[in-house]
Amino acid sequence: MSEMKKIKNLKEFSTSADRFEGANLLCPGCAHSIIVREVLNATNDDLILAASTGCLEVCTAVYPYTSWDASWIHIGFENGSTAVAGAEAMYKALKRKGRLKQPDREPKFVAFGGDGASYDIGFQWISGCFERGHNMMYVVLDNEVYANTGGQRSSSTPIGASTTTAPAGRVSYGEKMNKKDMLAIMAAHGSPYVAQVAPNKWKDMVKKIQHGLATEGPVFINAMSACTTEWKFLPEDTIAISDLATDSLVFPLYEIIDGRKLNITYRPKNVIPVKDYLGAQGRFKHLFKPENKHVLDEWQARVDRDWEYLQRREEAGV
Amino acid sequence: MNNGWNDFEIGAMLRSFDGAVNGIATTLQEDRPYSKSNSFTASVADWRIEKPIFNKDYCIDCQFCWIYCPDISIISRDKKMVGVDYDHCKGCGICAEVCPTNPKSLLMFAEQEDEDKALAGWPEKEKKEN
Ligand SMILES: Cc1ncc(C[n+]2csc(CCOP(=O)(O)OP(=O)(O)O)c2C)c(N)n1
Ligand code: SF4
Ligand code: SF4
Ligand code: SF4
Ligand SMILES: [Mg+2]
Repeated sequence: MSEMKKIKNLKEFSTSADRFEGANLLCPGCAHSIIVREVLNATNDDLILAASTGCLEVCTAVYPYTSWDASWIHIGFENGSTAVAGAEAMYKALKRKGRLKQPDREPKFVAFGGDGASYDIGFQWISGCFERGHNMMYVVLDNEVYANTGGQRSSSTPIGASTTTAPAGRVSYGEKMNKKDMLAIMAAHGSPYVAQVAPNKWKDMVKKIQHGLATEGPVFINAMSACTTEWKFLPEDTIAISDLATDSLVFPLYEIIDGRKLNITYRPKNVIPVKDYLGAQGRFKHLFKPENKHVLDEWQARVDRDWEYLQRREEAGV
Repeated sequence: MNNGWNDFEIGAMLRSFDGAVNGIATTLQEDRPYSKSNSFTASVADWRIEKPIFNKDYCIDCQFCWIYCPDISIISRDKKMVGVDYDHCKGCGICAEVCPTNPKSLLMFAEQEDEDKALAGWPEKEKKEN
């Protein structure tokens, strides 16, 4: 295995040479690119990358430009996972046959997909890759909406969010379904490493990415990606909103090892109320009307319950 | 690259660099042979309404701006914040928002603002609210 990049602190990290380039067309303040930078900069290994259709892909491969300084492939909406799994299978076959031109170099295989591409439309492809046990990492850029096509709900959209296909209005408070628990689903595949990350917690992110890249087998990462356009907050507030998300425990940071052992990796010193997180975003604005108070109350109760569950699982070591 | 829409290839391969680069992960931007199809050679400067201006007098080189800039537009070298890459900065304002110094070492100004004027009129240290 190749040597792990040493990243003791942020100053040391800032000497990284980015392999992701500017003048891509992502919105100002988009968290997708903050996540991609942190993932790519966590390693000096050669990278073979894929992306499913979505904001990241559409905005970083606008013909005749590419924003990627690594091998990168895009095929369709649903198959970032299988594109990279195919490359990984080919690499293994060539290695076995002794036909690799540079056999001493061991690239890492990483696929990026949005929540629409991962929780919904590419779900069976990801499931297949994990069942077959490819040596790859799959990273979801989870902005809880089909952002690139104008904000349709996905199975990652949380209760109460207003989207273009589940809009809030006179008769509805917006999304009615619970967010799908993808981490549990991927852990149930027996994945050796499953983790939730957030770009504001860069150190936790780097640790998990490094661990994931050093792990043999299919690794699943769910990265919270605050979307200024669809969550409706000002572009300069991407990190502030992300802090509210992790500190209210709406996005708890944890990992699951070998499909079972759960570790919480971030415990906020001051847990803030869920309504502080919701109130900072236009997509939840209507929840603060008196008739929707029950949705707010349910939100807090659900986050409390989920946090309790994570803590109990951690304690039990299962 | 003068093809019309109908001439586009079904699949396209774009090269990030002209020629081979060895050890890309440790080669800084200034030492890379970027090709014309690398977006690094393009600019989004005209997206900006506001731009960040850097005042190095107050900077503590914490690198918060570097890690959270979505657009690789904070130039840091040898653990020091050097300046802003105005070809790729989209003016989102995250860097100024996360800068922890008092007064801030990065502030947003109207795109047409003169840098020397901005630096000359930099705000004083803010008193803590109690
Ligand atoms: C098979 C297929 N269906 C639909 C589309 C249209 N489409 C392109 S991007 C996109 C939304 C992507 O949403 P998500 O995966 O969450 O990524 P985001 O843009 O939010 O980052 C859709 C529906 C497509 N390209 N291919
Ligand atoms: S719509 Fe959201 S995810 Fe898409 S580029 Fe804009 S901020 Fe990023
Ligand atoms: S304004 Fe945004 S894009 Fe420009 S340097 Fe600051 S963080 Fe980067
Ligand atoms: S965030 Fe502010 S203090 Fe820290 S390196 Fe950037 S400019 Fe300097
Ligand atoms: Mg999405």
